[in-house]
Amino acid sequence: MERHKLSRFNIASLTLGLAFLYLPIVILVIYSFNGSRLVTVWGGWSLRWYHEFFNDKAMIDAAWMSVRVAAASATVATLLGTLAAVALSRGEGFRGRPLFSGMLYAPLVMPEVITGLSLLLLFVALNAERGFWTVVVAHTTLTMCFVAVVVQARLGSLDRSLEEAAMDLGCDPVRAFLMVTLPLIIPSIAAGWMLAFTLSLDDLVIASFTTGPGSATLPIRIYSEVRLGVKPEINAICTMVIGLIAIVIVVASLASKLSNDRGESAAPL
Amino acid sequence: MSARRIFARPARYAAIAPYVWMVLFFLVPFGFVLKISLSETAIAQPPYTPVFDLAAGTAAFREAFAALSIDNFRLLVSDNLYVLSYLRSLVVALVSTSILLLIGYPIAYGMARLPKRWQPVAMMLVIVPFWTSFLIRIYAWINILQHDGLLNQILLTLHLVSQPVVWLSTDSAMYLGIVYSYLPFMILPLYATLSKMEPALEEAAADLGAAPIEVFWLVTFPLSLPGVGAGVLLCFIPIVGEFVIPDLLAGSDSLMIGQTLWLEFFMNKDWPVASATAIVLLVLLIAPLLAYDRLQRRQLEMR
Repeated sequence: MERHKLSRFNIASLTLGLAFLYLPIVILVIYSFNGSRLVTVWGGWSLRWYHEFFNDKAMIDAAWMSVRVAAASATVATLLGTLAAVALSRGEGFRGRPLFSGMLYAPLVMPEVITGLSLLLLFVALNAERGFWTVVVAHTTLTMCFVAVVVQARLGSLDRSLEEAAMDLGCDPVRAFLMVTLPLIIPSIAAGWMLAFTLSLDDLVIASFTTGPGSATLPIRIYSEVRLGVKPEINAICTMVIGLIAIVIVVASLASKLSNDRGESAAPL
Repeated sequence: MSARRIFARPARYAAIAPYVWMVLFFLVPFGFVLKISLSETAIAQPPYTPVFDLAAGTAAFREAFAALSIDNFRLLVSDNLYVLSYLRSLVVALVSTSILLLIGYPIAYGMARLPKRWQPVAMMLVIVPFWTSFLIRIYAWINILQHDGLLNQILLTLHLVSQPVVWLSTDSAMYLGIVYSYLPFMILPLYATLSKMEPALEEAAADLGAAPIEVFWLVTFPLSLPGVGAGVLLCFIPIVGEFVIPDLLAGSDSLMIGQTLWLEFFMNKDWPVASATAIVLLVLLIAPLLAYDRLQRRQLEMR
């Protein structure tokens, strides 16, 4: 039986939609190899703008700062987000649960200017020196919620009779979790880490509020350059970031394929 | 006692660390925003006069309480700049969410009708731009829309216009940027509900004599309403507070509230007014935030 009929309208909207999503990025990547300074003129293929980036000390520093912040915050966020997901999907009802889940879902949609401003005011009140660590804390707060959603989706689709069987066979709950549940959700935890990493790498607004003088992240640097106009060097930096993220996505989708093969459906993100 | 209940107790302890973290770095900071929105502007570092000093005891506390001022909120209501930028934010969010729904729905619908083995690929293709940097995607559009950018080049070559059109710093550029950036947020929840829908329902309606349009409006669309709700909220709420896109793509003659907050904070160094702006923005968003929270919870219970 033919389950789905794909009409011409369906095909047209899919094609146009995907073209709309990808065309600007493809154009950006192509222009990053343009030898000419002018966008109007195609000066032949060239790595000139990549050279420019690697000689730009301030840009390199910002990129390195971003990668460090992203790695640190993604790691803490994965730990906390996984714990939160376990509590939400296996903890049944506990006191303060509605507040807990509310606090985890709200940052997903909360305008970044509010999150950034409120964290900054906290850091000022605590007299914390702003820089690397304040940005890490801020990004952890945002990204752990995404990790929690991804891992919780996986835990929700997991067959619970597996861990129950382990306990019937004499495992205590902690051992049952570590030996049965954890190996099954590892791919989604990895996917959560990567999502947290890219979100942190991407963030401009929260980082602008919570960082201090002299420790700009890459998006902050890019933003201040972009405000002054288009510079071919930015095309090159953006292309490298896209390349990095593409690698992360390939690894993440392999991980989720692995998790698909082992169990049921993987998390959508 | 069932295994499930035995498992639940240690699982609850897992909540402690993330709970403390979120209270400390998400909930408590709002208290500070509220507090500073009620204090007075000062030219100092930090640029506000402290309202509470916990060390000073209750007498000082009472005194400080008397000194709380709602002047900042009065300013927000009386000054046109703030009222107008709140209104503009709501209008922009409303218009762009409608456009997103109009564009996103056919795409999600097309994805849900793809053969089963192609669906994960299509989903991946929609998710990938979501992982790509926000800023980079906006920057890509600046490349295309600028004075001597690709769009004007094409229009000139095709003789559709006689001289370059100004695209940047216009509302159309901003709407384009918003729709482009938020499209995956609209498509994914729509696709999630549409792909779970039983095709037999549509077939039954068609067998009973409904025209394709009727099938869509009487069966498909009503059944997809949870996805529509999720997509609309997932786009509307963040767009109201959007800063980057209007800042880079729209003109500077009228501001959205996120930009106003940013200017008060970074340019005017008026932290109390910036905080008051944030509080009002939060109050405006409470209803959609609660709706979103309910939707999330119901979805997880359905699993």
